[in-house]
Amino acid sequence: MTEADLQFRSLAGAMPVRIATATESQWTSIARVFADAGDRLAALWGSDRRDISEGFVVYAAYAAQDGLAIVRLPVLSEPPEYPALSTRYPSAVRMQRALFDLLGVHARDSGDQRSWLRHAAWPADFFPLRRDLERTRSFDAQQEQYPFVMVAGDGVHEIPVGPIHAGIIEPGHFRFSIVGEKVLRLEERLGFVHKGIDKLFVGMPLSQGHRLAGRVSGDSTVAYAWAYAMAAETATACVVPPRTAWLRALLLERERVANHLGDLGALGNDAGLAFGLAQFSLLRERWLRVNGELFGHRLLMDCIFPGGMVTDPDSSALTRIRQQCIDIEKEVHRLRAIYDEHAGLQDRFQTTGVVTPELAARLGLCGLAGRASGQARDLRIDFPCAPYDRLGVKLALDIRGDVAARVAVRFDELFESLRLMRLIVDDLPGGKVQLSLPPINSDSFGIGWVEGWRGEVVVALEADASGRVRRCHSHDPSWQNWPLLEHAVLDNIVPDFPLINKSFNLSYSGHDL
Amino acid sequence: MLYLLKQVLEKGICTEPPPQPTGAWHVDSAPLQDAILTLLGRALAIRHVDAGSCNGCELEIHALNNPYYNLEGRGIRFVASPRHADMLLVTGPVARNMQIAVKRAYDATPEPKLVVAVGDCGCTGGIFGESYASCGRVANVIPVNVAIPGCPPPPLEILRGILSAITHSNRQSVVP
Repeated sequence: MTEADLQFRSLAGAMPVRIATATESQWTSIARVFADAGDRLAALWGSDRRDISEGFVVYAAYAAQDGLAIVRLPVLSEPPEYPALSTRYPSAVRMQRALFDLLGVHARDSGDQRSWLRHAAWPADFFPLRRDLERTRSFDAQQEQYPFVMVAGDGVHEIPVGPIHAGIIEPGHFRFSIVGEKVLRLEERLGFVHKGIDKLFVGMPLSQGHRLAGRVSGDSTVAYAWAYAMAAETATACVVPPRTAWLRALLLERERVANHLGDLGALGNDAGLAFGLAQFSLLRERWLRVNGELFGHRLLMDCIFPGGMVTDPDSSALTRIRQQCIDIEKEVHRLRAIYDEHAGLQDRFQTTGVVTPELAARLGLCGLAGRASGQARDLRIDFPCAPYDRLGVKLALDIRGDVAARVAVRFDELFESLRLMRLIVDDLPGGKVQLSLPPINSDSFGIGWVEGWRGEVVVALEADASGRVRRCHSHDPSWQNWPLLEHAVLDNIVPDFPLINKSFNLSYSGHDL
Repeated sequence: MLYLLKQVLEKGICTEPPPQPTGAWHVDSAPLQDAILTLLGRALAIRHVDAGSCNGCELEIHALNNPYYNLEGRGIRFVASPRHADMLLVTGPVARNMQIAVKRAYDATPEPKLVVAVGDCGCTGGIFGESYASCGRVANVIPVNVAIPGCPPPPLEILRGILSAITHSNRQSVVP
């Protein structure tokens, strides 16, 4: 079978996206075609379309050479099941488990079938994303007995950590099996902050979902809001004015810089250099204050909505942004020189938490962490939508795959973002920044695909004829990257785990939904 | 090392003045603050608990720890265990998957203790509300003394909330 056997239809929108409906055998063979071509699995989700006689529909989104390819598989069997993708794509394992927990559609031949997002807070036969089940049902939470994989052997013991961690961090559970100080195995147990976001989207007016999308993962609020807006605009065939796209990119780069500043400080701190945290957190605070003054929100929440931008900075605001980029660049150059020449810091960073490029490619490591392990992918470069097609984004790449590489990629991306922002401010086109979404009169589908600071964010949206969200799925790059953390920590010592974990800085909320 | 010291000297002290506490955010009248003041003076150990937030509030709590706010200089510090804490700073709606953990953290915190709920989600359940997956506001799961509105509240507002929970003026106004 070749790709051509599936009838893909292009979706008009900011990013190159095509979609096709497959039979079960096509579903399996197209997965093989994409996997053999080295294309990544970008997301996997499901939808209840029984009310319109399609049964359940399972969606796989592949990041192919020419854009995002979405394959839909209607599932009409009882009990509902589909061929697992995890045989080709290891990163699909947890997505399949989550899909079953939320929708009750089972991945055949999937191996690991433990529940993932469902702990013991609702019963095993309650599948929240089924349309006939009420969102507001509530059950008594029970203590979960999760079957962790036990490691046996002389002197092996376990360290359970979490869900509440010893710091200002999101909750999740880590089960270390160690011998001496060395980590033999790490098993993650996530899902603690599952808030029912996908179910909450159902029935929301299309024009209002951006607020919720912007709270899937607070640190990536711009990326999610833009991806949601892009999806809603695709679904309604709305083309936003150029100035809107440029301003969205400005905010996306501001979000990237804010997060990189925070992470670079925290990484110094986790390696014992409190100076780094103090210095970078001052820069970050100045950065956030300018966000607040110019855009009305320090983290830039609710600035982007379907059809436009809430605020339109005037020329004095743009001058200020430009000047701040120059100032921060100077300061970060100085701090990078200090980090680079600090022997104690580099000793902790280098060869710690290595993910080799081979492993990264095999398991689908993406985004910033992927680029630190030689995965030369960045949506802003591979599929540049406006304004990135005019900016010539330079790729930050490292092949060492250790903490030092993830630090270096952050520094490089930070400088590049500061350069991009100056270009954006200088060449910002004029015109309107707001449109209202055109009405739709039939079911439609849209997708948003944005390179957030952590990696690529996917928002898939089904809208109904009344202009409401029928189904909206948000996919965080953390889905692909969490399993790699389990590998990165192997053979390292337990005290290096916080440093390694921070160097990935993955989202719990964005993953748990 | 020379550059590092130069940077430290050049930056100097960036700390800014603290905000005034407000009585308006008090949601209960637990007389525990008396004991805290008596026992601890103004020093305060805080345990942060993320009960299900989007991580926006965490970012602002992190920001509160930057030198502009000089938290430790004011006798407030974050600790790694509820057993060391006088106050729980709880963010997010309480996810049902976190319900038991949050209750346990509360039980593990020694008396007298304060609970401050941070952000719109902590105050009311916020955008996530109550559902099969969310218990809604923090007060639905553990007793709350002060709830700080905002999505997320900026660092100064979080500091104001923390100070409101422990200051004398507010204690007088709420103790029956």
